[in-house]
Amino acid sequence: MRYLFRRAVELLATLLLASFLVFVVTEFSPGNVARKTLGAFALQEQVDLLYQRLHLNDPLLVRYGRWLGVLTGVIADPLQDPALKLDFKDPRGDRYFGNFGYSTLYKAPVNDVLWDRLGNTALLAGLAFAVIVPLSLVLGILAGMRAGSRLDRIVSTASIVMTSVPEFASGVILAAIFVVGLGWLPGTSPLDTESGWSIASQLVLPVTVLALYDAGYVARMVRSSMAEVMAKPYIRTAVLKGLNFRTVILRHALRNAMIAPFTVILLQVNWLIGGVVVTEMVFAYPGFGRMLLDASLFGDISLIEAATLIALLVAVTTQLLSDLGYRLLNPQVR
Amino acid sequence: MSLLSIRNLRVEYRTAAGVSVALPDFSLDIQEGERFGLVGESGCGKSTLIMAIMGYLGRNGAIAAGSIHFDGQDLTHASEQTLRGVRGSKIAIVYQEPATALNPTLTIGRQLMEVPITHAGAGTAQARRLAEQVLADVHLPDPASVMARYPNQLSGGQKQRVVIAMALLASPKLLLLDEPTTGLDVTVEAAVLDLVAELREKYRTALFYISHNLGVIARVADRIGVMYAGELVEDAAATALFADPRHPYTRGLLGAIPRLGSDKGSATLSPIPGNVPSPGAPRIGCAFAPRCDFAEPGACDQGPIRMYHAGPAHLARCVRFDQLGGVRRPPPSQAGAAPAAGAAVLEVDGLSKVFALGRARLVANDQLRFTASAGRVLAIVGESGSGKSTFARILCGLDTASGGSLRFAGADLAATRLRGRSQEQVAAIQMVFQNPDGTLNPAHSVGWPIGRALRKFGVSRRGAETEARVKALLELVRLPAHLRHALPRQLSGGQKQRIAIARAFAGNPTLLIADEPVSALDVSVQAAVINLLLSIQAEGRTSMVFISHDLALVRYLADEVVVLYLGKVMESGKVAALFAPPYHPYTEALLSAVPIPDPTVKQVRIRLEGEIPSPLNPGPGCRFAGRCPRKLGPVCDSDPPPVQEASPGHLIACHIPLATLAAVPPVFAQA
Repeated sequence: MRYLFRRAVELLATLLLASFLVFVVTEFSPGNVARKTLGAFALQEQVDLLYQRLHLNDPLLVRYGRWLGVLTGVIADPLQDPALKLDFKDPRGDRYFGNFGYSTLYKAPVNDVLWDRLGNTALLAGLAFAVIVPLSLVLGILAGMRAGSRLDRIVSTASIVMTSVPEFASGVILAAIFVVGLGWLPGTSPLDTESGWSIASQLVLPVTVLALYDAGYVARMVRSSMAEVMAKPYIRTAVLKGLNFRTVILRHALRNAMIAPFTVILLQVNWLIGGVVVTEMVFAYPGFGRMLLDASLFGDISLIEAATLIALLVAVTTQLLSDLGYRLLNPQVR
Repeated sequence: MSLLSIRNLRVEYRTAAGVSVALPDFSLDIQEGERFGLVGESGCGKSTLIMAIMGYLGRNGAIAAGSIHFDGQDLTHASEQTLRGVRGSKIAIVYQEPATALNPTLTIGRQLMEVPITHAGAGTAQARRLAEQVLADVHLPDPASVMARYPNQLSGGQKQRVVIAMALLASPKLLLLDEPTTGLDVTVEAAVLDLVAELREKYRTALFYISHNLGVIARVADRIGVMYAGELVEDAAATALFADPRHPYTRGLLGAIPRLGSDKGSATLSPIPGNVPSPGAPRIGCAFAPRCDFAEPGACDQGPIRMYHAGPAHLARCVRFDQLGGVRRPPPSQAGAAPAAGAAVLEVDGLSKVFALGRARLVANDQLRFTASAGRVLAIVGESGSGKSTFARILCGLDTASGGSLRFAGADLAATRLRGRSQEQVAAIQMVFQNPDGTLNPAHSVGWPIGRALRKFGVSRRGAETEARVKALLELVRLPAHLRHALPRQLSGGQKQRIAIARAFAGNPTLLIADEPVSALDVSVQAAVINLLLSIQAEGRTSMVFISHDLALVRYLADEVVVLYLGKVMESGKVAALFAPPYHPYTEALLSAVPIPDPTVKQVRIRLEGEIPSPLNPGPGCRFAGRCPRKLGPVCDSDPPPVQEASPGHLIACHIPLATLAAVPPVFAQA
């Protein structure tokens, strides 16, 4: 219990520190903050006026404090001040917890944009994760439990091939077969039914591309950990106790073999949330990664900050989960 | 009919380089309830034999010919199902390293309960009862709490007791013990051996005990087999084997280890030249002939050598078994001539090392006080955790002391790290480590570290001069000069240790620290390295601090001994004085635990209770009081023991009066 509390405090501290770094990096990126807010076609006087009104000359720490205040709902978002005549309106009001500001790219509050995209990516990531984990565990365990067998060689070779083909290539190849050739699946996945394809059918290809790419990698991790455990003296002890192979695998090998890959598997969540830009681009999927890319290219500061913070939160949470799971699996660190 | 009958067994491994024969033609019978010991060096096929019996040779191993019968069952090519009925129930194994033989993620209880559940169809409750019962049998305190623990929560000795308990749970007919005490402290080893003997009486199990240690085998076995290069070369009753060995290899093994009571002044260790042949090497005639003093062309290089009857129930695989003559003892070496005590080279006074661990204090070295004289060998003995290595680290500058002084060549080095020492001081104190494999960089030729030491210590600057010096040093350690270009993996363990010695002597040290320099080497090679160390040390009048847990070896080569327990000096003095009463009770317990390779020697049996206590926050009294079999009373816990001088230079830190200690019967007696 004390350990959990300590970890929670550490998690908060990490987030706070990271948010400061994110703030510094985005605010210092090339170009004037006010200019970024107003866009390229605003007049210089408007920009200067906004610059003053927003107190952008204040020291960095003061501005960070103000940003944090807006985020936590302690102070009102200055951009929504009607006196600025920016016409930025948020139906939630200008002061509430979790106020990420206003997206200049989508001309809408960040909260209106962010969560839809995150939900879409979570759907994609969740489905991919649900395929990757069982598939790679089964393949990795079967291959690793008899290292050097024919099954092991087949699985190992197949996983290397799967990991080596980049997502854009496998995406294009699969699209060529199933979209152009067979016409079974849609080529794009905008997650609306205007094209006549069901949402489910739109998800098939992106999930397959992600699963193919990642399952090979995870399976190889599981395989090598399993093979290592199978060579341990305590497995020999178990066999020479007279246990059957099934019991040896299930009771003695699996848990030990899962200790090392467990962290790697949870790290895949981070990658699936923030790092699947390529797949989202290939299939025109309205996801989180693509939004982050668009926001960065446009210079949408509030959205970048919000998205980065969300990605960080996910990363820190999976880290905590993997640490907890590690302690659960491995009695030696308890 | 024999319990276990192995006939003409041939085991082969398929490797990338072709088929390698681990056991060419092996035959052995073990009777019910027998205590059989098998001796052999690493690589002679002991483990292959065990795994062949258990039908667990791995993917690339196979029985190519011969048969294994156990209790009327043919195990040679038995199915998995048949083997499962034998493994763990009729034949059980006690493994070499208990730390790795137990599953780290399952509780002890679950691992034990598996056995009766699998073999006796026991229910959970019954299995639990049986497991707790057997844990009590192996004298583990509080079995119920041990059941709930994980292996990492137990000490090495406790883990080995658990492994023994696991092996005995199904009351096997045959218990295979594969070096079960290697790596354990000598006192723990003695307790484990006692336990095995006691349990054999109770469970009526036949023992098949495998070890490289002749002393251990002498203690546990009635009949002994000696194995060399995959063959049994001698098979005899324990007493006959030690009294009248009939195979030159057995004689070689016995000559390579120090006899009790012998020292470098009275005897020389005779190493066996050469190395164990690699499995798969072609052989005609006797496999040992290339290393044998008795080998005779025309007799020893003809066809396979059969077993000859050398006496009643005494077999030897030697054509000349009846021409070996009596057991010869080589004359004492020149190196052994006891050097006159020189001036003190190293004076340790009040040296302490305390590690702060949070609020607790770990006292690794506590007020050490002793001196090492020029040209002599000072041995430091003690179990693991006694602070031997901590002292060595301080001495060579890898760590600093928390208090006290360490006077060496006119300077106090107690608080000076390696970086703060002058080049001369660094060159003067050099170290030879325990494991020669880990101390040589695998990417460099073995001559490289020697050359680097020469340049570093300013002995030679120019390339040609360094080259010549390296050659001279290799000659000093009796290695051919061309080996300086070899990579570490191309050398045997003994050769690597010679390289380490050559490197240590590159800067002409005045003090050599040898931390268990031979404990990782095979018996036949140990003797050669010891002889080498002694002769170089005596020639150069180098002083040596020899750290070891092997008391027989210490008796052989040391001039003075310091006995440490939990960081404190228990006893110190001349080696002969330490090995006779009056003893410190701890020294007495250590001596009584030493395995003696001679079944005719009777040892007083003193066993220490419990485990070595934690060195955290020690109390004011004697460190040994908690386990001392001769504890006087509360005074031992409350007052630090006085240091008594039993004879000039022989110091004992104990509350017991000297007269009482002197009246204690000697630990060893010749029957």
